Amino acid sequence: MEKTHHSHYLEYRTLFSIFLLLLMFTGITVGVSYIDLGVFNVWISLLIASVKGSLVLLFFMHMKYEGRALIFSFLGTIFFLFIMISFTFWDVSFR
Amino acid sequence: MASHPDESGKKLGMWLFLYTEIILFGGLFVLYAVYFSRYFGDFKESGKTLNRLIGLMNTVILLFSSFAVAAAVTAIQKKEKKIALTGLATATLCGLIFLVNKYFEWGHKIEAGIYPNSEKLVSGPHGQNMFFGLYYVITGLHGVHIIIGMTLLIISLVFVLEGKVTSERFALLENSGLYWHLVDLIWIFIFPLFYLII
Repeated sequence: MEKTHHSHYLEYRTLFSIFLLLLMFTGITVGVSYIDLGVFNVWISLLIASVKGSLVLLFFMHMKYEGRALIFSFLGTIFFLFIMISFTFWDVSFR
Repeated sequence: MASHPDESGKKLGMWLFLYTEIILFGGLFVLYAVYFSRYFGDFKESGKTLNRLIGLMNTVILLFSSFAVAAAVTAIQKKEKKIALTGLATATLCGLIFLVNKYFEWGHKIEAGIYPNSEKLVSGPHGQNMFFGLYYVITGLHGVHIIIGMTLLIISLVFVLEGKVTSERFALLENSGLYWHLVDLIWIFIFPLFYLII
């Protein structure tokens, strides 16, 4: 009976700190874009975007506190996304 | 025996849908990546013509709206209806401001003769044509998602107001929130790819 609705939620303060972190990373990614690092700019901005995305996913979307079904199905999706990206580049680079 | 609403089942269903959205935008990002590696120079030049300030503003607006929705989901569970309503209204307003910014941004580009199949793009460098083609498709599709997300937020707001979404039963609000966060998540990747290329 107790499991029909779980009531785990994050406090406003926690959510607001996540928002501030996201702002900080946005500032960093804009700042870094003014420094010319060649190809590394792309990788750094993608890395920062992934960190920001993970914050949104884990806290705002509550994934950190979900059960196995959601965690593994999400990782499965990312795995297939990875296959799509890597196989496409495998094809394009060796044509 | 009374049937219990299957809250976790509803959430799983929403996530399954979100996975298809991730693959949809993932596919477009792959397309972007392939042409980026092929026309590196043209993409660099074209990215510089986008207004970074508007891009940054829209990023902050979406991040804040995501926070507002997350706060609304917390509020409904704490039975703080007023905060939940404020959060949802704020997020919807943020979505509207985002779209107004986008309207001016697109309008400015269209005025400059940069739109799909325009004379300037067709006769210009091929990489530039690809960049703006992808720009319009990806930000356009994202804009459609903003409109759908705003609709879901407004429906949730009305249901909270009418007491149909409560601390016992809030799957609609939670799932609308998940959708809104995904739209934010996609923008987090769009912003550096289009606006911040050196």
